[in-house]
Formats: sequence, C-alpha cells, structure tokens
Amino acid sequence: MQKLRRTMLYVPGNNPGMIRDAHIYGADSIMIDLEDSVSLYEKDAARLLVYQALKTFDFGGIEVLVRVNPLNTPYGRDDFEAIVRAQPTAIRLPKTETADDVIEADELITEIEQKIGMEHGTIKLFAAVESGKGALNAAQIAVASKRLIGIAIGAEDFVTDLKTTRSPEGIELLTARSLILFAARAAGIAAVDTVYSDVNNEEGFASEVKLIKQLGFDGKSIINPRQIEIVNRIYTPTEAEIKKSKRIIEASLEAEAKGSGVISLDGKMIDRPIVERARRILDLAEAAKINVE
Amino acid sequence: MIIQQVGMAGTLESSDITISIEPNGTKGIEIELKSTVENQFGNQIRKVILETLQGMGIEHAYVRANDKGALDCAIKARVMTAVSRVVDGDCRPWEAE
Amino acid sequence: MLNGAGREIPLAIEGLDGITPFDRKSTYGQFKNTERLKDRQQNPAKNKIMDSMEKAIEATGLRNGMTISFHHHFRNGDFILNMVMDQIAKMGIRDLVLAASSLTDIHAPLVEHVRNGVIRRIETSGLRGELAQAYSYGWFDIPVTINSHGGRARAIASGECPIDVAFLGAPSCDAYGNANGTSSVNEAPSACGSLGYAMVDAQYARNVVIITDNLVSYPNTPFAIPETQVDYVVVVDRIGDQKGIVSGATRYTKNPKELLIAKNAADVIEASGYFVDGFSLQTGSGGAALATTRFLREKMLAANIKASFALGGITQQIVDLHEEGLIEKLLDVQSFDLRAVESLRKNKFHQQISAEYYASPENIGCAAHQLDVVVLSALEIDLNFNVNVITGSDGVIRGASGGHCDTAAGAAVSIIVAPLIRGRMPAILDRVNTIITPGHTVDVLVTDQGIAVNPLRQDLLAGFKAAKLPVFTIEELQEKATRIVGKPEPIQWEDKIVGVIKYRDGSVIDVIRQVKQGR
Repeated sequence: MQKLRRTMLYVPGNNPGMIRDAHIYGADSIMIDLEDSVSLYEKDAARLLVYQALKTFDFGGIEVLVRVNPLNTPYGRDDFEAIVRAQPTAIRLPKTETADDVIEADELITEIEQKIGMEHGTIKLFAAVESGKGALNAAQIAVASKRLIGIAIGAEDFVTDLKTTRSPEGIELLTARSLILFAARAAGIAAVDTVYSDVNNEEGFASEVKLIKQLGFDGKSIINPRQIEIVNRIYTPTEAEIKKSKRIIEASLEAEAKGSGVISLDGKMIDRPIVERARRILDLAEAAKINVE
Repeated sequence: MIIQQVGMAGTLESSDITISIEPNGTKGIEIELKSTVENQFGNQIRKVILETLQGMGIEHAYVRANDKGALDCAIKARVMTAVSRVVDGDCRPWEAE
Repeated sequence: MLNGAGREIPLAIEGLDGITPFDRKSTYGQFKNTERLKDRQQNPAKNKIMDSMEKAIEATGLRNGMTISFHHHFRNGDFILNMVMDQIAKMGIRDLVLAASSLTDIHAPLVEHVRNGVIRRIETSGLRGELAQAYSYGWFDIPVTINSHGGRARAIASGECPIDVAFLGAPSCDAYGNANGTSSVNEAPSACGSLGYAMVDAQYARNVVIITDNLVSYPNTPFAIPETQVDYVVVVDRIGDQKGIVSGATRYTKNPKELLIAKNAADVIEASGYFVDGFSLQTGSGGAALATTRFLREKMLAANIKASFALGGITQQIVDLHEEGLIEKLLDVQSFDLRAVESLRKNKFHQQISAEYYASPENIGCAAHQLDVVVLSALEIDLNFNVNVITGSDGVIRGASGGHCDTAAGAAVSIIVAPLIRGRMPAILDRVNTIITPGHTVDVLVTDQGIAVNPLRQDLLAGFKAAKLPVFTIEELQEKATRIVGKPEPIQWEDKIVGVIKYRDGSVIDVIRQVKQGR
C-alpha cells in the first residue's frame, strides 16, 4: 500500500504536551514546526525540545516531518544540524523558491549524514512553495533532489506575495495549486494542500477539502486534530466505488495470471489508469478501516 | 563549564517545566524543585536534571525548577536550553551526544 | 353504641380489627375546628413559617448528639449549610452528626465546626477544598464517611441513618411547605432544577425545615417536596448564588483529546449490542462524557434509533436530544445547567426523581438498574478495573462518590472514560489509591489511545473486535502509558484512617489514610 498523506498535522515545536500527544489523533503525518509557530526568542528552546522528543518518542510509527527555519535565517543551519541527528522521516523546507534552495538543503543534509555516520539519503525532504516565484519554479523544485518526497503549498505567505487575500472559493490559489500539482505528478511525489485556519468553520473547511481532492491533491495540512475526521470522511470512497474497484483489481489479477495484456470487465476493456485509480480507492478505503476483503 | 549568570528556559504550560540555572560557587549542584507530581516523580525529575548538567560538564549550579508534569525528554531539553543561554561561546548539545 | 354521627356501630365486627366509632369531639380530623377557621380569617398568614432560623431550630428540638442533613443541589453556590451551622454553633448545640448528600469548596467553614466539636462526624458523598484537605492531613479524630447517592438513600430509607432534622433549601416554597427547585409562577432567583437528593431527606427525616428565598402563594405546584413532609418554613434573603448553583450552559468541549475519547466511547456504545431502539443511557458531566452524547446523536440519527430514557444528572446535551425527539423521557435527580433547569419547568416528560428512585439498591424499582449504558469518568483505574473518583494522585480527597458505583452496578454496560495520561500521571495503576467502584462492575475502559474490556465481559469483547475497535488488554494500555511517562512512585500514607468508603449496600469497601507530608 502506498503511503497516504490525507492529513498532515501541524504541531508547534515549543509545546511539549502537544508534541507528546500529536500521534494519537489519527493523522497520516505529523509536522512539528520550528518556524512560524515559534517566536524568535524560543528558536533554540524549540530546536532542543524537538530534538529530544524525536529521540525519545516512537509516535506510534506515524511519519514525522520537522519544518525548519530557512537556511538564510540565523536558525536554519542549527535546525538542520540538530534535526538530522534526531532522524525524522523528512525535513520540510519552508519558502522554497528555486531548485537551488532544495539542492542547498540536500547538500547540507548529506554533509551532516556523513559527519555522524548516517546512511546517505536517510533523511527525506518536503518542499513548501509560498510565493509566485516558487510556484513558477515548482517543476524544477520537484525534481531537484532524490530526497524529495513531496511538495506543498503554503497559502498565507503566497497570497501576501500575490498582493491579495484568501477567498472562500480559493480562486487566487487555483493556478499555484495546479502548478504544484503538475510538478508533483511529473516528479512522482506527493502534493499536499495548505492549511485552513478557521478551525470553527467546519463547513468552509469541508468545501475546501472537496475542492483540493477534486484537483488531485494527496491531502491537506491541518492545524487542529478536529479537522482530521472531516478530511478522512471526504477522502473515504463510497461503497459503490469500493465494490467496483475490487472487481477491477480482480479482473486485472485474472488477466495477469492468464498472461494476457488485455483486462476486461463485463465485456468492456479496462485501461491501465483505471486499474491504478481502483488501487488508490482501495488504499483509501483500507485507511478508513473499511473491510475490503 | 562554569555558570556565571542566570539562565532560564521553559514555560508554565501543562507538561512543561521552567528551569532557572544560577551560579552556585563551588557548592556543587543544588536543585530546588516544585512539581505537580512531586510525590510520584520528584526523585526522577531531580535525577534527570542532575544527569543532564553532569553530561554537559557542569559541576556547580543552583537550579530552580517549576514542573507541571514534564516528561524526561522535555526536562532534559529545558535544562540544555537554560545552560546554552548562559555559557560562553557556541553550545550545541546535539554535537556532544 | 351510637357514634358521634348518631348511628348504631358495634364495637366488634368479626374478621375486622380495631373498630373506633366516629366521635367528632376527641380526635383531630374528626371535627371541624371552628377556632382554626376564625383564626385563619383574622390571620390569613398563619402557616408553618417561623420568624427566624433560631426559632425554627428551637422548634425542631435539636439537641446535642443528633443527626442533621442538607442537600447539595446548590453545589458551590450554597448558602444554606454555612448559615444553619453558624446558627447552631451560636446556640451552643454540639456533637452533631452531619449527613449531607454532598459537600464542596464553599463548605470550608465546616473545618472550624468539626474542630470546635459542634460537629462530631460527617457523612457525605464527596468533599473538596479545605475541608477535604483537613481530613486528608489527619486533623480530625473521626473519619469522614463517604456514601454513594444510592447508598445514602438506602441508609436513610432503611433507618440505618436516621435523620433528626433536615435543613433543605428550596428555590420556591409556599407557607405550608410545598417546595420545588424551580417555580411555575416566577423566575426563582436560586433555581436549581431537580431536588432529587432533598426528596429522600424530606420523606424520612423526623423534622423537616424548608429554607427559601422565594415564598410563593399556596399551593406551590408542581412540587418536589409536599407539605405533608414539612414541619417548618424559614424565609431568608438568599439561599444561594446562582453562579455557583448552575453553569450557564455546559459547552461542548473543544479539547481534541476529550473529543477523541468521546468518539471512542460512542463507537463502544454502538458496538456493545445494547445500541438498539429503546435503549437507555446516563452520561456524566465531564468533558468527554458530555461529548459522547454528541457523537451518539449522529449514530442515533443514522441508525434511526431512539432512547427510551436518560437518567441521572441532566445537562443541556441530554435536553437537546430530548427536545429533538431522540430521547423520550428524562429522569432527573440533579439538573446541571440552566437549560436542564428550564427543561424541567417546561417539558412534560422531564421528570424529577428522588435519589432513592434513582439508585437505591434495596428498593424494588431503582432506575439505575434499568440502565443499558452509563458513561462515567475516573481519576484512576487499576488492572482489576477498580475505579477511584475520590482521592487525587497526591492521595488528598478531592472528589465525590456520587452515583458512580450505583450506575456501574446497575447498567448493562458501564464505560469508564479517561485520558491515558493526565499531565504526567498515568490513568491506569497497579492498584488504585482508593476504591469507589469495584472492578467486577466496570465493563469497559475507553481512553484516547485504546480500549480495554473487563475479561468478565467476553461478550462485549467479541463485538468490539468485530467492529475493529482499538482493543487492548488493560495491561497493554498501562504499558503504553508507562513507556511515555515512566512509573510513578506510590503515595506514602500514615496509618491513621481519615475516611471510610461505603459501598452502596452499606458495607465498607475501602478506607482512606492520612497522607504523609514533607519528604
């Protein structure tokens, strides 16, 4: 089963209680933040806290990312030094604008991995695009490093850069979302959408999740555990979808067994992409604890 | 390392601890602990503070700790932060381990 | 012989005992008291009202060594208990037994009354604050007795705990003592809703004094306490502080961990086998228990299931479901918030019930024994599923027994909800510090990180596994917590017993010892 990233839960990096509990809510990924949610005076404290926490907790086997400060700030390098040693799944790069930003991070990680005797390529990267320039360079960014497992859009900085604000319909984000999505699909990596900050507006949140699911995103960054269930509900396939997908997979297995290149179901030919889609639907169903046997 | 100023770290949130580390002459390490779980975890908390300081090469310090149920890793991180804020030069505890 | 009505009545009739001929002179009730009528014409206010608390206390004949009682419907806004105790102390009466339905922070002045010997010992469901600390630190010679709500009602009804004088605050009352927790004619300033705990005292105490700040015209219907049970009425300026009596509206928690526990609890109810049309439920007033109601609501709507009744302390959440038609009837022993108080006033099928009806184990129809599902909080639970809701992790008394053990024993499925870790304290211990509810009556533990089923309930376990719920053994859950927080050192106790915990049948299930201070 492919790694699902329907929900990526932000956790402030200087809050021990929230870090301790982050894994219990059923998010597919946890993203501990050293950047915007940590004040300038607490950067050192959060870095050490996250470092110690990652070395201690097992987070129930859930994927953990750490968002570091950009390398052009006084905190970026120490963040990398400490966090690589604590070995999360990936480091999330904020405010990525060019392929060089990714390459710089890649090289720094390589240097640290070598220094401490960690296997090359252990630490993955996840790039966040938060500006017009970044969106235009998304295609290059997405293929800039073998470490890259995903690309995300950060909307708050992006709309500011565009000299606009966020609207309920998200029209101002449409192009950027599409560019990022194309880049991710071209590179074969994950695409994750931005946060929705009004936690109490469940309806607005749900309609945005429906939109980004339809666009093709793997999932959404979230700022509160209460949002997890809404995303999962929207990403959970319907019973009819599951039934159909099961039959498609069965037909494809049958064709494979027969050594036939042509898959047919109910007298109709089935294309490869349809099989792939069916597989993803079954993955999503299984993640939603629906019995697909 | 010698502590010559007061260094502080941590918050008063639940599951956190505030650490204030102060000069203590040559009187070794003394710990003044207030904790919501004093009866159940007081000894463990003192042990973590002491070992973290010793691990950083500190022999003399007066530590005031106000604990709201922090776990060992948080206590360790806050002690390291408090120390790194007052010692001379760069202090990168992750390099030492 | 000819009786008082001029009829020939034999003095004995075979098969019938004790024939008393009518005689309109001798017995009260057999003649019309014209004096009383005249008196009433001249003095229409003649009634049970006493001029002062002091006169009322005198009239009851309260003496040294007697037992007095109070109810706790005014919770932390109660003015009655302190007011009455001050008066009793002033009158020099001593050595009393105080049998309150429960006590809280506002009753801290009791510390002095126990110290000075005005009160010899206390029976209550719970205590907090200074009084609780005074007991826990061993200040008093005689331990406090902790009763469950059902156990207290049983003890009073059976005569095991005879009450000499009950002092009962009432948010509305008429001159003859018909008393209620709200008023049908005005906005009672101290409205508290149900008077369920007071109803038992009114029924069985030798003397009943109603204290009100809202005297209404006769007859004060509907009433919780009828005039037939009331000896005296005292009118005072204020019987309580509304802010402490009820919360405005209990809000749904936004705490994600409590919501997660609540969701798990609702899943457990759904998979329990008892989630069928006409089921009954009780949920406590803690954040997770309240939120369980919301998740249950969605499941009830989806499966087209309605509950026949909700029991116990009634909250806004339960009232909402009632008004939505999802719960047919409410049996209310204690109203927790303004919405519940208001509902009791206006909803026909919102019924107040006495604590005896609610949970006494000895009567033939207690509602707790009709329960399908109860959701209860816990401070600690142990590997044998014993539950503590009375002493904190520091060993100091800080809670109440309440209806915990009554409903756990009565319900078909008793569910304990608790966070696996609170601060740094694990919820699951090898042994709880104090047993309130014995493990054999506890069926399921629901935490934020998994569910444990009492091995006695294999039937439930099978259903939960089939529903793919995150089921663990309680040992596995404990191990999960220990990996995160470490193992707490046990509390250090002195030998002195400061509290006696009675189970609902009156037997002693545990004792609380003095907490050792300063290590």
